[in-house]
Amino acid sequence: MIEVNSLTKRFGHKVAVDNLSFSVKKGEVLGFLGPNGAGKSTTMRMVTGFLPVTEGSIEIGGVSMIAKPMAAKKKIGYLPESAPLYNDMTVKGFLKFCASMRGLGGSSRKDAVEKAIETCFLQSVAHQSIETLSKGYRHRTCLAQSLLHDPEVLVLDEPTDGLDPNQKREVRKLIRNLGKEKAILFSTHILEEVHEVCTRAVIVDQGTIVADGTPEELTKQGGGSLYDLFHKVTTSEITAA
Amino acid sequence: MNTWTIFKRELSSYFSQPTAYAIIVIFSLLSIGLTFTFGRFWDYQDASLNGSFFWWHPLILMILAPAVSMRLWSDEHRSGTIELLGTLPVTMRSAILGKFFAAALVWLLALVLTFPVVNTVNWLGAPDNWAIFSGYLGSFLVCCTFLAITSLVSAFTRDQVVALIVSVSLCFLLTICGIDPVINELRRSWTKESVDLLASVGVYSHFQEATRGLIRFTSLIYFLGLITVCLIGTNLVLKSQRA
Ligand SMILES: Nc1ncnc2c1ncn2[C@@H]1O[C@H](COP(=O)(O)OP(=O)(O)OP(=O)(O)O)[C@@H](O)[C@H]1O
Ligand SMILES: [Mg+2]
Repeated sequence: MIEVNSLTKRFGHKVAVDNLSFSVKKGEVLGFLGPNGAGKSTTMRMVTGFLPVTEGSIEIGGVSMIAKPMAAKKKIGYLPESAPLYNDMTVKGFLKFCASMRGLGGSSRKDAVEKAIETCFLQSVAHQSIETLSKGYRHRTCLAQSLLHDPEVLVLDEPTDGLDPNQKREVRKLIRNLGKEKAILFSTHILEEVHEVCTRAVIVDQGTIVADGTPEELTKQGGGSLYDLFHKVTTSEITAA
Repeated sequence: MNTWTIFKRELSSYFSQPTAYAIIVIFSLLSIGLTFTFGRFWDYQDASLNGSFFWWHPLILMILAPAVSMRLWSDEHRSGTIELLGTLPVTMRSAILGKFFAAALVWLLALVLTFPVVNTVNWLGAPDNWAIFSGYLGSFLVCCTFLAITSLVSAFTRDQVVALIVSVSLCFLLTICGIDPVINELRRSWTKESVDLLASVGVYSHFQEATRGLIRFTSLIYFLGLITVCLIGTNLVLKSQRA
Protein backbone atom coordinates (compact mmCIF):
# COMPACT_ATOMS: atom_id res chain seq x y z
CA MET A 1 0.00 0.00 0.00
CA ILE A 2 2.76 2.41 0.94
CA GLU A 3 5.91 1.87 -1.10
CA VAL A 4 8.78 4.21 -0.35
CA ASN A 5 12.01 3.85 -2.27
CA SER A 6 15.35 5.60 -1.64
CA LEU A 7 13.57 8.66 -0.31
CA THR A 8 15.81 11.65 0.35
CA LYS A 9 14.99 15.12 1.58
CA ARG A 10 17.47 17.94 1.82
CA PHE A 11 16.73 21.35 3.29
CA GLY A 12 19.54 23.37 1.78
CA HIS A 13 22.64 21.45 2.83
CA LYS A 14 20.93 19.71 5.67
CA VAL A 15 19.93 16.13 4.97
CA ALA A 16 16.75 15.41 6.92
CA VAL A 17 15.88 12.09 5.28
CA ASP A 18 18.63 10.03 3.73
CA ASN A 19 17.90 7.29 1.20
CA LEU A 20 15.05 5.76 3.16
CA SER A 21 13.13 2.74 1.88
CA PHE A 22 10.26 0.87 3.47
CA SER A 23 6.86 -0.51 2.63
CA VAL A 24 3.62 -0.99 4.50
CA LYS A 25 1.14 -3.56 3.26
CA LYS A 26 -2.56 -3.82 3.88
CA GLY A 27 -3.14 -5.22 7.34
CA GLU A 28 0.15 -3.87 8.64
CA VAL A 29 0.78 -1.24 11.25
CA LEU A 30 4.29 0.12 10.92
CA GLY A 31 5.66 1.96 13.91
CA PHE A 32 8.09 4.75 13.20
CA LEU A 33 10.49 5.29 16.07
CA GLY A 34 13.45 7.57 16.48
CA PRO A 35 14.89 10.43 18.49
CA ASN A 36 13.78 14.03 18.04
CA GLY A 37 14.87 15.39 14.71
CA ALA A 38 15.40 11.94 13.21
CA GLY A 39 13.29 12.77 10.18
CA LYS A 40 10.07 10.96 11.02
CA SER A 41 7.73 13.87 10.43
CA THR A 42 9.62 14.95 7.35
CA THR A 43 9.19 11.46 5.86
CA MET A 44 5.50 11.50 6.66
CA ARG A 45 5.09 14.93 5.12
CA MET A 46 6.58 13.61 1.91
CA VAL A 47 4.51 10.43 1.97
CA THR A 48 1.34 12.52 2.32
CA GLY A 49 2.36 14.87 -0.46
CA PHE A 50 2.86 18.00 1.61
CA LEU A 51 6.61 18.29 1.06
CA PRO A 52 8.12 17.70 -2.36
CA VAL A 53 10.78 14.99 -2.34
CA THR A 54 14.39 15.72 -3.21
CA GLU A 55 14.99 12.22 -4.52
CA GLY A 56 13.24 8.87 -4.48
CA SER A 57 9.76 7.55 -5.14
CA ILE A 58 6.55 7.15 -3.16
CA GLU A 59 3.63 5.01 -4.19
CA ILE A 60 0.30 4.88 -2.42
CA GLY A 61 -1.81 1.90 -3.46
CA GLY A 62 0.09 1.77 -6.74
CA VAL A 63 -0.32 5.50 -7.48
CA SER A 64 2.77 7.66 -7.51
CA MET A 65 2.55 10.58 -5.11
CA ILE A 66 5.01 12.47 -7.26
CA ALA A 67 3.39 11.96 -10.66
CA LYS A 68 -0.27 11.91 -9.59
CA PRO A 69 -0.54 13.71 -6.26
CA MET A 70 -4.30 14.31 -6.50
CA ALA A 71 -5.17 10.66 -6.98
CA ALA A 72 -2.67 9.53 -4.34
CA LYS A 73 -3.82 12.05 -1.73
CA LYS A 74 -7.38 10.75 -2.00
CA LYS A 75 -6.22 7.40 -0.63
CA ILE A 76 -4.58 8.82 2.49
CA GLY A 77 -5.82 10.03 5.83
CA TYR A 78 -3.23 12.14 7.65
CA LEU A 79 -2.85 13.40 11.18
CA PRO A 80 -0.09 16.03 11.21
CA GLU A 81 2.16 16.28 14.24
CA SER A 82 0.85 19.64 15.44
CA ALA A 83 -2.81 18.67 14.87
CA PRO A 84 -3.59 21.88 12.99
CA LEU A 85 -7.21 23.05 12.92
CA TYR A 86 -9.19 26.07 11.84
CA ASN A 87 -9.80 27.80 15.14
CA ASP A 88 -12.77 29.79 13.97
CA MET A 89 -14.90 26.70 13.32
CA THR A 90 -16.81 24.30 15.52
CA VAL A 91 -15.67 20.68 15.70
CA LYS A 92 -18.60 19.55 13.58
CA GLY A 93 -18.23 22.40 11.12
CA PHE A 94 -14.57 21.55 10.66
CA LEU A 95 -15.28 17.88 10.07
CA LYS A 96 -18.01 18.78 7.58
CA PHE A 97 -15.59 21.01 5.75
CA CYS A 98 -12.96 18.27 5.59
CA ALA A 99 -15.56 15.75 4.42
CA SER A 100 -16.61 18.09 1.62
CA MET A 101 -12.99 18.52 0.65
CA ARG A 102 -12.81 14.74 0.45
CA GLY A 103 -15.64 14.79 -2.05
CA LEU A 104 -18.35 13.60 0.33
CA GLY A 105 -21.76 15.24 0.13
CA GLY A 106 -25.31 14.93 1.34
CA SER A 107 -26.11 11.99 3.58
CA SER A 108 -22.77 10.24 3.07
CA ARG A 109 -21.08 13.33 4.46
CA LYS A 110 -23.43 13.43 7.41
CA ASP A 111 -22.83 9.76 8.17
CA ALA A 112 -19.07 10.09 7.82
CA VAL A 113 -18.99 13.04 10.23
CA GLU A 114 -21.23 11.26 12.75
CA LYS A 115 -19.11 8.16 12.59
CA ALA A 116 -15.84 10.04 13.03
CA ILE A 117 -17.27 11.95 15.99
CA GLU A 118 -18.30 8.68 17.57
CA THR A 119 -15.02 6.90 16.85
CA CYS A 120 -12.96 9.69 18.38
CA PHE A 121 -15.31 10.36 21.30
CA LEU A 122 -16.09 13.91 20.33
CA GLN A 123 -19.83 13.93 21.05
CA SER A 124 -19.50 16.24 24.03
CA VAL A 125 -17.62 18.92 22.10
CA ALA A 126 -19.21 18.52 18.66
CA HIS A 127 -20.70 22.00 18.75
CA GLN A 128 -17.91 23.68 20.65
CA SER A 129 -15.63 26.19 18.99
CA ILE A 130 -12.25 24.66 18.23
CA GLU A 131 -10.51 27.66 19.75
CA THR A 132 -11.73 26.64 23.21
CA LEU A 133 -10.83 22.95 23.01
CA SER A 134 -8.25 21.35 25.27
CA LYS A 135 -5.13 19.91 23.69
CA GLY A 136 -6.35 16.32 23.79
CA TYR A 137 -9.63 17.21 22.15
CA ARG A 138 -7.83 19.18 19.47
CA HIS A 139 -5.75 16.13 18.75
CA ARG A 140 -8.79 13.89 18.58
CA THR A 141 -10.60 16.29 16.28
CA CYS A 142 -7.67 16.21 13.91
CA LEU A 143 -7.55 12.42 14.15
CA ALA A 144 -11.27 12.30 13.32
CA GLN A 145 -10.56 14.36 10.22
CA SER A 146 -8.15 11.71 8.95
CA LEU A 147 -10.76 8.94 9.20
CA LEU A 148 -13.66 10.67 7.45
CA HIS A 149 -13.25 9.17 3.99
CA ASP A 150 -12.35 5.70 5.28
CA PRO A 151 -8.93 5.81 3.56
CA GLU A 152 -6.90 2.77 2.61
CA VAL A 153 -3.78 4.34 4.05
CA LEU A 154 -3.41 6.17 7.34
CA VAL A 155 -0.40 8.27 8.25
CA LEU A 156 -0.49 9.32 11.88
CA ASP A 157 2.23 11.51 13.34
CA GLU A 158 2.27 10.88 17.09
CA PRO A 159 -1.45 10.09 17.35
CA THR A 160 -1.39 9.53 21.11
CA ASP A 161 0.53 12.70 21.92
CA GLY A 162 -1.29 14.81 24.48
CA LEU A 163 -4.02 12.30 25.24
CA ASP A 164 -4.98 11.15 28.71
CA PRO A 165 -4.23 7.51 29.65
CA ASN A 166 -7.75 6.33 28.86
CA GLN A 167 -7.74 8.01 25.50
CA LYS A 168 -4.27 6.71 24.72
CA ARG A 169 -5.57 3.22 25.24
CA GLU A 170 -8.66 3.90 23.11
CA VAL A 171 -6.61 5.31 20.27
CA ARG A 172 -4.21 2.37 20.37
CA LYS A 173 -7.18 0.03 20.21
CA LEU A 174 -8.54 2.06 17.32
CA ILE A 175 -5.27 1.91 15.40
CA ARG A 176 -5.02 -1.82 15.97
CA ASN A 177 -8.54 -2.37 14.70
CA LEU A 178 -8.16 -0.08 11.72
CA GLY A 179 -4.86 -1.76 10.95
CA LYS A 180 -6.60 -4.98 10.05
CA GLU A 181 -8.16 -3.37 6.99
CA LYS A 182 -5.70 -0.63 6.18
CA ALA A 183 -2.05 0.16 5.88
CA ILE A 184 -0.99 2.36 8.76
CA LEU A 185 2.22 4.29 9.28
CA PHE A 186 2.47 5.90 12.66
CA SER A 187 5.19 7.52 14.67
CA THR A 188 5.56 7.50 18.42
CA HIS A 189 7.97 8.12 21.26
CA ILE A 190 6.25 5.63 23.51
CA LEU A 191 8.02 2.31 23.13
CA GLU A 192 5.26 0.34 24.86
CA GLU A 193 2.97 1.28 22.01
CA VAL A 194 5.14 -0.72 19.67
CA HIS A 195 4.23 -3.97 21.42
CA GLU A 196 0.65 -3.00 21.80
CA VAL A 197 -0.10 -1.73 18.31
CA CYS A 198 2.54 -2.44 15.69
CA THR A 199 2.95 -5.44 13.48
CA ARG A 200 6.35 -4.09 12.53
CA ALA A 201 8.56 -1.21 13.58
CA VAL A 202 11.54 0.69 12.24
CA ILE A 203 13.91 2.91 14.16
CA VAL A 204 15.03 5.97 12.25
CA ASP A 205 18.06 8.01 13.17
CA GLN A 206 19.50 10.94 11.28
CA GLY A 207 17.31 10.19 8.32
CA THR A 208 18.22 6.52 7.91
CA ILE A 209 16.69 3.29 9.14
CA VAL A 210 18.91 1.74 11.81
CA ALA A 211 16.67 -1.12 12.92
CA ASP A 212 13.75 -2.90 11.33
CA GLY A 213 11.64 -5.87 12.40
CA THR A 214 8.63 -7.15 14.29
CA PRO A 215 8.40 -5.97 17.89
CA GLU A 216 9.57 -9.42 19.04
CA GLU A 217 12.61 -9.37 16.75
CA LEU A 218 13.55 -5.90 17.83
CA THR A 219 13.22 -6.79 21.50
CA LYS A 220 15.46 -9.77 20.93
CA GLN A 221 18.02 -7.61 19.15
CA GLY A 222 18.05 -5.33 22.15
CA GLY A 223 18.70 -8.23 24.47
CA GLY A 224 15.19 -8.38 25.89
CA SER A 225 14.39 -4.68 25.94
CA LEU A 226 13.27 -2.43 23.15
CA TYR A 227 14.53 0.52 25.10
CA ASP A 228 18.06 -0.88 25.17
CA LEU A 229 18.00 -1.36 21.41
CA PHE A 230 16.71 2.17 20.88
CA HIS A 231 19.41 3.52 23.12
CA LYS A 232 22.10 1.50 21.41
CA VAL A 233 21.27 2.25 17.78
CA THR A 234 20.53 5.91 18.24
CA THR A 235 23.21 7.06 20.65
CA SER A 236 25.99 5.14 18.93
CA GLU A 237 25.24 7.24 15.87
CA ILE A 238 25.73 10.40 17.85
CA THR A 239 29.08 9.33 19.27
CA ALA A 240 30.16 8.20 15.82
CA ALA A 241 29.27 11.56 14.29
CA MET B 1 -15.64 22.06 -6.70
CA ASN B 2 -13.07 22.29 -3.93
CA THR B 3 -12.70 25.97 -4.74
CA TRP B 4 -16.35 26.28 -3.78
CA THR B 5 -15.85 24.40 -0.49
CA ILE B 6 -12.94 26.63 0.47
CA PHE B 7 -14.85 29.70 -0.65
CA LYS B 8 -17.73 28.80 1.66
CA ARG B 9 -15.44 28.09 4.59
CA GLU B 10 -13.64 31.39 4.19
CA LEU B 11 -16.83 33.31 3.81
CA SER B 12 -18.36 31.83 6.94
CA SER B 13 -15.17 32.60 8.80
CA TYR B 14 -15.47 36.27 7.78
CA PHE B 15 -18.98 36.37 9.14
CA SER B 16 -18.46 34.22 12.24
CA GLN B 17 -15.84 36.69 13.40
CA PRO B 18 -16.21 40.47 13.55
CA THR B 19 -14.05 40.89 10.42
CA ALA B 20 -16.74 41.23 7.79
CA TYR B 21 -18.90 43.51 9.90
CA ALA B 22 -15.93 45.67 10.76
CA ILE B 23 -15.03 46.07 7.10
CA ILE B 24 -18.53 46.93 6.07
CA VAL B 25 -19.14 49.42 8.86
CA ILE B 26 -15.76 51.13 8.68
CA PHE B 27 -15.77 51.32 4.92
CA SER B 28 -19.27 52.77 4.80
CA LEU B 29 -18.53 55.30 7.53
CA LEU B 30 -15.26 56.39 5.96
CA SER B 31 -16.41 56.58 2.37
CA ILE B 32 -19.70 58.28 3.15
CA GLY B 33 -18.19 60.45 5.86
CA LEU B 34 -15.35 61.68 3.68
CA THR B 35 -17.75 62.38 0.82
CA PHE B 36 -19.79 64.84 2.82
CA THR B 37 -16.84 66.47 4.60
CA PHE B 38 -13.47 66.63 2.89
CA GLY B 39 -15.03 65.44 -0.37
CA ARG B 40 -16.84 68.80 -0.54
CA PHE B 41 -19.85 66.99 -1.92
CA TRP B 42 -22.03 70.06 -1.52
CA ASP B 43 -19.65 72.23 -3.55
CA TYR B 44 -20.03 70.09 -6.64
CA GLN B 45 -23.11 71.22 -8.47
CA ASP B 46 -23.36 68.41 -10.96
CA ALA B 47 -24.61 65.58 -8.72
CA SER B 48 -21.80 63.34 -9.88
CA LEU B 49 -19.81 61.22 -7.49
CA ASN B 50 -16.37 60.99 -9.03
CA GLY B 51 -14.69 63.88 -7.24
CA SER B 52 -16.34 63.58 -3.86
CA PHE B 53 -17.12 59.93 -3.26
CA PHE B 54 -15.07 57.68 -5.51
CA TRP B 55 -11.92 59.75 -5.22
CA TRP B 56 -11.40 58.46 -1.70
CA HIS B 57 -11.85 54.80 -2.46
CA PRO B 58 -8.28 53.84 -3.39
CA LEU B 59 -7.03 55.77 -0.37
CA ILE B 60 -9.34 53.90 1.97
CA LEU B 61 -8.85 50.56 0.27
CA MET B 62 -5.08 50.69 0.29
CA ILE B 63 -5.26 50.33 4.07
CA LEU B 64 -8.45 48.41 4.67
CA ALA B 65 -8.04 45.75 1.98
CA PRO B 66 -4.65 44.57 3.32
CA ALA B 67 -6.01 44.76 6.87
CA VAL B 68 -8.63 42.23 5.95
CA SER B 69 -6.59 39.82 3.94
CA MET B 70 -3.28 39.97 5.78
CA ARG B 71 -4.29 36.73 7.46
CA LEU B 72 -5.14 35.03 4.16
CA TRP B 73 -2.02 32.86 4.09
CA SER B 74 -0.02 33.97 7.12
CA ASP B 75 -2.71 32.43 9.31
CA GLU B 76 -2.47 29.13 7.46
CA HIS B 77 1.29 29.13 8.03
CA ARG B 78 1.02 30.06 11.67
CA SER B 79 -1.67 27.60 12.63
CA GLY B 80 -0.16 24.88 10.46
CA THR B 81 -3.43 24.32 8.60
CA ILE B 82 -1.43 24.76 5.40
CA GLU B 83 -0.29 21.21 6.10
CA LEU B 84 -3.90 20.04 6.05
CA LEU B 85 -4.64 21.92 2.86
CA GLY B 86 -1.46 20.58 1.31
CA THR B 87 -2.44 16.98 1.96
CA LEU B 88 -6.12 17.21 1.05
CA PRO B 89 -6.92 16.41 -2.57
CA VAL B 90 -7.06 20.04 -3.60
CA THR B 91 -4.72 22.01 -5.81
CA MET B 92 -3.13 25.11 -4.35
CA ARG B 93 -4.69 26.99 -7.24
CA SER B 94 -8.21 26.09 -6.10
CA ALA B 95 -7.37 27.07 -2.55
CA ILE B 96 -5.95 30.43 -3.65
CA LEU B 97 -8.98 31.20 -5.80
CA GLY B 98 -11.44 30.11 -3.12
CA LYS B 99 -9.86 32.40 -0.56
CA PHE B 100 -9.53 35.27 -2.99
CA PHE B 101 -13.14 35.12 -4.15
CA ALA B 102 -14.41 34.99 -0.58
CA ALA B 103 -12.47 38.13 0.32
CA ALA B 104 -13.63 39.80 -2.88
CA LEU B 105 -17.26 39.01 -2.10
CA VAL B 106 -17.03 40.59 1.34
CA TRP B 107 -15.70 43.73 -0.27
CA LEU B 108 -18.34 43.68 -2.96
CA LEU B 109 -20.89 43.68 -0.18
CA ALA B 110 -19.17 46.58 1.55
CA LEU B 111 -19.23 48.56 -1.70
CA VAL B 112 -22.87 47.77 -2.40
CA LEU B 113 -23.82 48.89 1.09
CA THR B 114 -22.72 52.44 0.33
CA PHE B 115 -25.86 52.74 -1.80
CA PRO B 116 -27.35 55.58 0.31
CA VAL B 117 -24.87 57.86 -1.42
CA VAL B 118 -26.29 56.88 -4.79
CA ASN B 119 -29.81 57.42 -3.51
CA THR B 120 -28.82 60.84 -2.29
CA VAL B 121 -27.44 62.06 -5.60
CA ASN B 122 -30.41 60.67 -7.45
CA TRP B 123 -32.69 62.51 -5.09
CA LEU B 124 -30.73 65.74 -5.44
CA GLY B 125 -30.45 65.71 -9.20
CA ALA B 126 -30.04 63.58 -12.27
CA PRO B 127 -26.63 61.97 -12.13
CA ASP B 128 -25.11 59.79 -14.78
CA ASN B 129 -25.97 56.44 -13.28
CA TRP B 130 -23.85 54.59 -15.77
CA ALA B 131 -20.82 56.56 -14.57
CA ILE B 132 -21.73 55.66 -11.01
CA PHE B 133 -21.99 52.02 -11.93
CA SER B 134 -18.67 52.03 -13.73
CA GLY B 135 -17.18 53.91 -10.78
CA TYR B 136 -18.26 51.10 -8.51
CA LEU B 137 -16.82 48.58 -10.92
CA GLY B 138 -13.55 50.53 -10.89
CA SER B 139 -13.56 50.55 -7.09
CA PHE B 140 -14.13 46.84 -7.02
CA LEU B 141 -11.27 46.23 -9.43
CA VAL B 142 -8.93 48.38 -7.35
CA CYS B 143 -10.03 46.46 -4.29
CA CYS B 144 -9.45 43.08 -5.92
CA THR B 145 -6.02 44.23 -7.05
CA PHE B 146 -5.10 45.19 -3.50
CA LEU B 147 -6.47 41.89 -2.20
CA ALA B 148 -4.36 39.97 -4.71
CA ILE B 149 -1.26 41.92 -3.69
CA THR B 150 -1.96 41.16 -0.05
CA SER B 151 -2.50 37.50 -0.87
CA LEU B 152 0.95 37.40 -2.45
CA VAL B 153 2.61 39.21 0.44
CA SER B 154 0.90 37.11 3.10
CA ALA B 155 2.12 33.94 1.39
CA PHE B 156 5.67 34.98 2.27
CA THR B 157 5.29 35.31 6.00
CA ARG B 158 3.64 33.79 9.01
CA ASP B 159 3.62 37.19 10.66
CA GLN B 160 0.41 39.09 10.02
CA VAL B 161 1.85 42.43 11.03
CA VAL B 162 4.68 42.13 8.52
CA ALA B 163 2.16 41.08 5.88
CA LEU B 164 0.06 44.13 6.70
CA ILE B 165 2.90 46.64 6.63
CA VAL B 166 4.42 45.36 3.40
CA SER B 167 1.09 45.14 1.58
CA VAL B 168 -0.05 48.56 2.69
CA SER B 169 3.26 49.96 1.47
CA LEU B 170 2.87 48.34 -1.93
CA CYS B 171 -0.74 49.44 -2.28
CA PHE B 172 0.26 52.92 -1.12
CA LEU B 173 2.90 53.14 -3.85
CA LEU B 174 0.45 51.98 -6.50
CA THR B 175 -2.03 54.54 -5.26
CA ILE B 176 0.10 57.66 -4.92
CA CYS B 177 2.02 57.25 -8.15
CA GLY B 178 -1.09 58.21 -10.07
CA ILE B 179 -2.75 60.68 -7.74
CA ASP B 180 -3.27 64.25 -8.99
CA PRO B 181 -1.20 66.23 -6.44
CA VAL B 182 1.79 63.94 -6.99
CA ILE B 183 1.42 63.97 -10.76
CA ASN B 184 1.14 67.75 -10.85
CA GLU B 185 4.23 68.10 -8.71
CA LEU B 186 6.21 65.73 -10.91
CA ARG B 187 5.17 67.51 -14.11
CA ARG B 188 7.35 70.44 -13.09
CA SER B 189 10.56 68.48 -13.18
CA TRP B 190 9.95 65.28 -15.14
CA THR B 191 9.35 64.85 -18.85
CA LYS B 192 5.77 64.35 -19.93
CA GLU B 193 6.41 60.79 -21.11
CA SER B 194 7.87 59.59 -17.85
CA VAL B 195 5.08 61.19 -15.83
CA ASP B 196 2.47 59.58 -18.07
CA LEU B 197 4.21 56.27 -17.78
CA LEU B 198 4.29 56.52 -14.01
CA ALA B 199 0.64 57.52 -13.91
CA SER B 200 -0.36 54.53 -16.02
CA VAL B 201 1.39 52.22 -13.55
CA GLY B 202 -0.67 53.59 -10.67
CA VAL B 203 -4.28 52.66 -10.10
CA TYR B 204 -5.67 56.20 -10.14
CA SER B 205 -5.44 56.93 -13.85
CA HIS B 206 -7.37 53.77 -14.62
CA PHE B 207 -9.73 54.22 -11.73
CA GLN B 208 -10.60 57.84 -12.46
CA GLU B 209 -11.58 57.07 -16.01
CA ALA B 210 -13.90 54.43 -14.64
CA THR B 211 -15.55 56.95 -12.32
CA ARG B 212 -16.28 59.10 -15.37
CA GLY B 213 -18.04 56.19 -17.02
CA LEU B 214 -15.15 55.12 -19.16
CA ILE B 215 -13.78 51.64 -18.67
CA ARG B 216 -11.01 51.17 -21.16
CA PHE B 217 -9.88 47.82 -22.38
CA THR B 218 -6.34 48.68 -21.32
CA SER B 219 -7.56 49.42 -17.80
CA LEU B 220 -9.30 46.07 -17.61
CA ILE B 221 -6.10 44.41 -18.79
CA TYR B 222 -4.18 46.41 -16.21
CA PHE B 223 -6.34 45.32 -13.27
CA LEU B 224 -6.95 41.75 -14.33
CA GLY B 225 -3.30 41.37 -15.29
CA LEU B 226 -2.08 42.56 -11.90
CA ILE B 227 -4.55 40.29 -10.13
CA THR B 228 -3.53 37.27 -12.19
CA VAL B 229 0.17 37.91 -11.72
CA CYS B 230 -0.24 38.26 -7.95
CA LEU B 231 -2.32 35.12 -7.64
CA ILE B 232 0.08 33.09 -9.75
CA GLY B 233 2.88 34.55 -7.65
CA THR B 234 1.05 33.39 -4.52
CA ASN B 235 0.99 29.88 -5.92
CA LEU B 236 4.70 29.95 -6.72
CA VAL B 237 5.61 31.28 -3.29
CA LEU B 238 3.49 28.69 -1.49
CA LYS B 239 5.08 25.94 -3.55
CA SER B 240 8.65 27.11 -3.15
CA GLN B 241 8.29 27.44 0.61
CA ARG B 242 7.93 23.73 0.99
CA ALA B 243 10.92 22.77 -1.12
N1 LIG C 1 11.29 23.22 6.75
C1 LIG C 1 12.47 22.83 7.24
N2 LIG C 1 13.60 23.51 6.95
C2 LIG C 1 14.79 23.11 7.43
N3 LIG C 1 14.98 22.03 8.21
C3 LIG C 1 13.92 21.30 8.53
C4 LIG C 1 12.60 21.66 8.07
N4 LIG C 1 11.73 20.75 8.56
C5 LIG C 1 12.45 19.87 9.29
N5 LIG C 1 13.76 20.20 9.27
C6 LIG C 1 14.84 19.45 9.93
O1 LIG C 1 14.77 18.11 9.54
C7 LIG C 1 15.13 17.26 10.63
C8 LIG C 1 14.07 16.22 10.84
O2 LIG C 1 12.93 16.82 11.42
P1 LIG C 1 11.58 16.04 11.71
O3 LIG C 1 10.56 17.01 12.11
O4 LIG C 1 11.29 15.14 10.57
O5 LIG C 1 12.01 15.16 12.97
P2 LIG C 1 11.13 14.12 13.81
O6 LIG C 1 11.77 12.81 13.63
O7 LIG C 1 9.71 14.23 13.44
O8 LIG C 1 11.36 14.63 15.27
P3 LIG C 1 10.36 14.70 16.52
O9 LIG C 1 10.47 13.40 17.21
O10 LIG C 1 10.92 15.79 17.35
O11 LIG C 1 8.99 14.98 16.01
C9 LIG C 1 15.34 18.15 11.83
O12 LIG C 1 16.72 18.32 12.03
C10 LIG C 1 14.70 19.46 11.44
O13 LIG C 1 15.40 20.53 12.00
MG1 LIG D 1 8.01 14.68 14.36
